[in-house]
Amino acid sequence: MDLKDIIKPENLVYKRTKVLTDNVMHYCPGCSHGTVHKLIAEVIEEMDIQDKTIGISPVGCAVFAYNYMHIDWQQAAHGRAPALATATKRLYPDKYIFTYQGDGDLASIGTAEIMHACNRGENIVVIFINNAIYGMTGGQMAPTTLLGMVTSTTPYGRQADINGYPLKITELIAQLEGTCYVTRQSVQNAAAARKTKKAIRKAFENSKQMKGTSFVEVVSSCSSGWKLTPTQANEWMEENMFPFYPLGDLKDI
Amino acid sequence: MAEKVLKKGNEVIALGAIHCGCDGYFGYPITPQSEVMETLMEEKPWETTGMVVLQAESEIASVNMVYGGACCGKKVMTSSSSPGLSLMCEGLSYLAGSELPCVLVNVVRGGPGLGTIQPSQGDYFQAVKGGGHGDYKIIVLAPFSAQEMYDFVGTGFDLAFQYRMPVMILTDGMIGQMMEKVELRPQQPRLSDNEIAKRYGSWATTGKTPDRKGNTVTSLALDPKVHETLNHRLQAKYREIEEKEVRFETLYCKDAEYLLVAYGSMARICESTVESARAQGLKVGLLRPITLFPFPVKEIQRLMPQLKGILSVELSTGQMVEDIRLSVEGKIPVDFYGRLGGVIPTPEEVLEVCMSHYIK
Amino acid sequence: MALKGAIVVDTEKCKGCSVCVVNCPTKTIALTKEVNSKGYNYAYMAEPQTCTGCTNCATVCPDTCITVYRVKI
Repeated sequence: MDLKDIIKPENLVYKRTKVLTDNVMHYCPGCSHGTVHKLIAEVIEEMDIQDKTIGISPVGCAVFAYNYMHIDWQQAAHGRAPALATATKRLYPDKYIFTYQGDGDLASIGTAEIMHACNRGENIVVIFINNAIYGMTGGQMAPTTLLGMVTSTTPYGRQADINGYPLKITELIAQLEGTCYVTRQSVQNAAAARKTKKAIRKAFENSKQMKGTSFVEVVSSCSSGWKLTPTQANEWMEENMFPFYPLGDLKDI
Repeated sequence: MAEKVLKKGNEVIALGAIHCGCDGYFGYPITPQSEVMETLMEEKPWETTGMVVLQAESEIASVNMVYGGACCGKKVMTSSSSPGLSLMCEGLSYLAGSELPCVLVNVVRGGPGLGTIQPSQGDYFQAVKGGGHGDYKIIVLAPFSAQEMYDFVGTGFDLAFQYRMPVMILTDGMIGQMMEKVELRPQQPRLSDNEIAKRYGSWATTGKTPDRKGNTVTSLALDPKVHETLNHRLQAKYREIEEKEVRFETLYCKDAEYLLVAYGSMARICESTVESARAQGLKVGLLRPITLFPFPVKEIQRLMPQLKGILSVELSTGQMVEDIRLSVEGKIPVDFYGRLGGVIPTPEEVLEVCMSHYIK
Repeated sequence: MALKGAIVVDTEKCKGCSVCVVNCPTKTIALTKEVNSKGYNYAYMAEPQTCTGCTNCATVCPDTCITVYRVKI
């Protein structure tokens, strides 16, 4: 069968969602951010909520998330996205509000904001990208950096006695009464990415039903920060990150 | 007949917010301004006008909730006192950089540090010269009565939306805690979501409808040209405000030979000082800046030829006095008198200082 | 009934990360020797006859630069 007989509109089974813009993403090759952006955009398209969705981008690599989706965006100060989301959701209760935050943004400088937004049970969606490193600033230690992991500020590896322990913030979040759905996913292969998309969809549905805060962690790779190729980074993530940050639902009410 | 109430300055800030159709208040308790949120919680405006009132986990969260609400094109505000305002300065810089309208109230207490809960005017620099990082200004209104506390919330929102920038009401514990008669205004309706989308849909995050592109509210501008252009635009806006929005009041300035300049609580004291001076035949006048930014530079310069000197009276170690000195450009003497720690100078005390400079 | 597929890669958006290559169950995809205008080797169907149109490559592509077609034979 000839290629031109297959490549026809009627045979189309996967195309780029129109919720994504045409901009080439600034992310490094293989970066999980791009995959997660796409999954969010696809959920927005499938739920037909483009005109009702307001995204809140963080400080970190994903600061420019607003360049990649045709929706309204607010760009927050470092760590404060949940505060913006709180006000926005309360002022527009019929809209879908999501924050998109990295580990430095959410689990370090923004710990207070995420804890209290989740504890109040704000009807928002939180997408938490955990790649255990500060990507944007050049690979420094993050709160979620694993013990022994080399970063530019832990050049001999993270040591508990000097740097403290990696923070399992998602486990803490799951303890809060205000959260209705807390899950940890990944996007390194197609099965994982499809599961993550389902999780994001559920989070947005929860927001519609005003069930409380939905929190989706995506354990991610940062090939540049980890100094590996994209595929090596994904393998390293499976071997080293998943044992400490196990995948699956922590809470689903 | 408009309804009149006897209430504290802080309490009528809350009423002013409700009555002008404010959409949301986000705050954190701190003395001496906690009555603002307490009054709002008692009034329960969410049951009447639909206004959102939320106690945040910190001043940092409050100001960022204001940022989020302002992104939506809603009338949102917060209030705090000095140490809280210091925490809000990051957010204030972002609000200014993103050109977002909002009202912030600072019921100033003495600093530095935890300082004192007594009234102070020690945050003049923080309010007028920036506070947060970067080249920005905010409009600063200085009420000197409970009535102005009430009125300036609505005025503040009008200015904030006209120029798309934060407006601060800079007051102190004396005005905030003082009970006075206040004439209330009729309830203004809040704008509907559709009205907001219509008015502010060109920039606000009201939800991307098919007829427009997605809006992004950000202060980030990595492109050098874009960043420079943004800053020039902000500066042009500030120059326009300096031309159009200067507000002040004068008392006995027509023939004044010596001028007191004081704002807020100190203007109340200085009113009595000027009355006493006049009773003694001394040609003393009072200039009360109502806007601290924009500062009444031109009015000071207009009065300058007739003046032997100016005395800035402040509850600080001397902050506004610098703007007066910049205004007179060294052409006439500018003196300063201030008290600290919550010690409110008496009108007689100010008169004595005034005379020591005036009658030389 | 067999499935026959094909992919179309937006070669200018592709950054040659290879995530699609390792995720392709039929080893259809490889990176070109040539580079695009940004200097990246980009994904292409090295073995077009093996493609089943499963969409795994497109699903994992961080730059969403793969379109997938499929026919039943």
